[in-house]
Amino acid sequence: MTDGGSSTLRDIATVARKEWMEIVLQRASMRAGLLAALGIPLAVLGIWLPAQNGPAWFTSPLTPVLWTWFPIFICATIICDAFAGERERHTLETLLASRLSDTSILFGKLAGAIGYGWGLALAGAVLNVVTVNVVARRGGFVMFPADVAVSIVVLSFLGASLTSAAGVLVSLRAASVRQAQQTLSIAVMAVFFGGGFGLKYVPPQLRRAFVQFVTVGDALSIEVAAAAVLAAVDVALVIAAMARFRRMRLILD
Amino acid sequence: MRSRFGCACGSARPEWRGEIAPMSEYVIRTDGLTRDFRTNRAVSELSIAVPRGTIFGFLGPNGSGKTTTIRMLLGLLEPTAGRAEVLGFDVRTQAAEIRKRSGALLEHHGLYERFRAEDNLDFYARIWGLPAEKRRARIRNLLEKLGLWERRKEFVGRWSRGMKQKLAIARAMLHHPELIFLDEPTAGLDPVAAAALRDDLVELAAREGVSVFLTTHNLTEAEKMCGQVAVIRQGKLLAVGSPDELRSRNGPLRAEIVGRGFGPALEQIRLRPEVMAAAVSNGKLSIDLVSNAEVAPIVAALVAAGAAIEEVRKGAASLEEVFLTLMEEEQR
Repeated sequence: MTDGGSSTLRDIATVARKEWMEIVLQRASMRAGLLAALGIPLAVLGIWLPAQNGPAWFTSPLTPVLWTWFPIFICATIICDAFAGERERHTLETLLASRLSDTSILFGKLAGAIGYGWGLALAGAVLNVVTVNVVARRGGFVMFPADVAVSIVVLSFLGASLTSAAGVLVSLRAASVRQAQQTLSIAVMAVFFGGGFGLKYVPPQLRRAFVQFVTVGDALSIEVAAAAVLAAVDVALVIAAMARFRRMRLILD
Repeated sequence: MRSRFGCACGSARPEWRGEIAPMSEYVIRTDGLTRDFRTNRAVSELSIAVPRGTIFGFLGPNGSGKTTTIRMLLGLLEPTAGRAEVLGFDVRTQAAEIRKRSGALLEHHGLYERFRAEDNLDFYARIWGLPAEKRRARIRNLLEKLGLWERRKEFVGRWSRGMKQKLAIARAMLHHPELIFLDEPTAGLDPVAAAALRDDLVELAAREGVSVFLTTHNLTEAEKMCGQVAVIRQGKLLAVGSPDELRSRNGPLRAEIVGRGFGPALEQIRLRPEVMAAAVSNGKLSIDLVSNAEVAPIVAALVAAGAAIEEVRKGAASLEEVFLTLMEEEQR
């Protein structure tokens, strides 16, 4: 790796570290809100559901879906702060006046949010293993099958990246965190409702093939397809964020 | 590779018009620097040269283009026209090099208020790539110099504005920059805090050997701190030079005589060749003099005419008077 490359990686890590510190040191009221927003889904997904289902939880097709959704939800609660929050608190201009490159700032903020959401999802999956082994103990140690474990690791990363990239894109130009959150909510709703609505306009043959693939296809194929779609959308969003990140525009916005 | 101005730089005040001085003597040189925001011209054909090792005051009323100028010099805003070099680097094409070698305290202090003081400095020290040992030593050194070491564990959000500004100055100096930009560092501070910050800043700048580009609309501050000043209004440069030069160039030599019984001698005083104007107000006779005029003969004439004199002061106009004169001239 070149000096420039290692220096960029070090800068990205520095910005990501700062982002994590900001999340941890949020104002008490926000921290309480975040804990509630975090604690309830983590308790439901990490403890309650696996305790109810026992070892079957490890092979349920629902498990990778839920662990993909979890970081999407978690990252959405923090990512809007990335640029809009710094702009609101008047720290953005000083950061932009530092020696950090555009790439380091953008990817540092992305890494901060993705690392947080993904890390919590992985911690939740580990909590699943502990819960099932403690609550529904039947003989030896039980664990996710390898393919499910890989799916959770990959899909939760891509899920975290999806909202983080979309959130950064929105946050870049938003005047306030609230505005960024509203825009992101509208965008998410547009994707979900628009997707369902848009399915009506897909040719019937194609629609039938899609429904058949989702309902009767094997789990691994569905997961691979979902990962491919998520990865493509993630890459597109990151490229859009890179194109939209202009130091001079950020100062004027 | 550092760039070079190939042109003989123009200037509203031709201190260095036509001079092709080596850039190493200057930390900043601008030539016709202009910035428009839609129909509004924020900075208009600004041409200045900031000598290395000085505290350079950039004076102007609110909205005169001071912050826009700093943003252009840091490469955070693209100039509409003209060119500028900072530390020998072009602001359009080599802004990253400029930001690498300079520090800044901008319009807002830019501190993370949820962080402790030392965490704020630690974050920026990491950005500047200081190794752990040097980072700790440098943070300690700066905080001790500014009297903040004992409070390093406190959250910045609970600090007074004066302390935050000091911390922001420490942050700007962490990496031993060649040049720091300070955008109205004492704005909003009470007089005691402002004076303390000024003293710390001057001492720190001298000790670190750093050049300072300071914007302010506080003329007393500029007079006390700056070796060179430029006056700007509505984006246009009105004057540039040392405070003494500006005073002698733009304001008359003035004598103030406190006492009583000036009335009978006033007309006689006004007729003297060295007197440009004279007026009495609240027992004080104010006289505008031609340059190099002496006050003693005037005092003698007053005494001979029966005036009782208690105190005599002679001096050039204050920078504030010069500033106001320049503003009035520009308005006319």
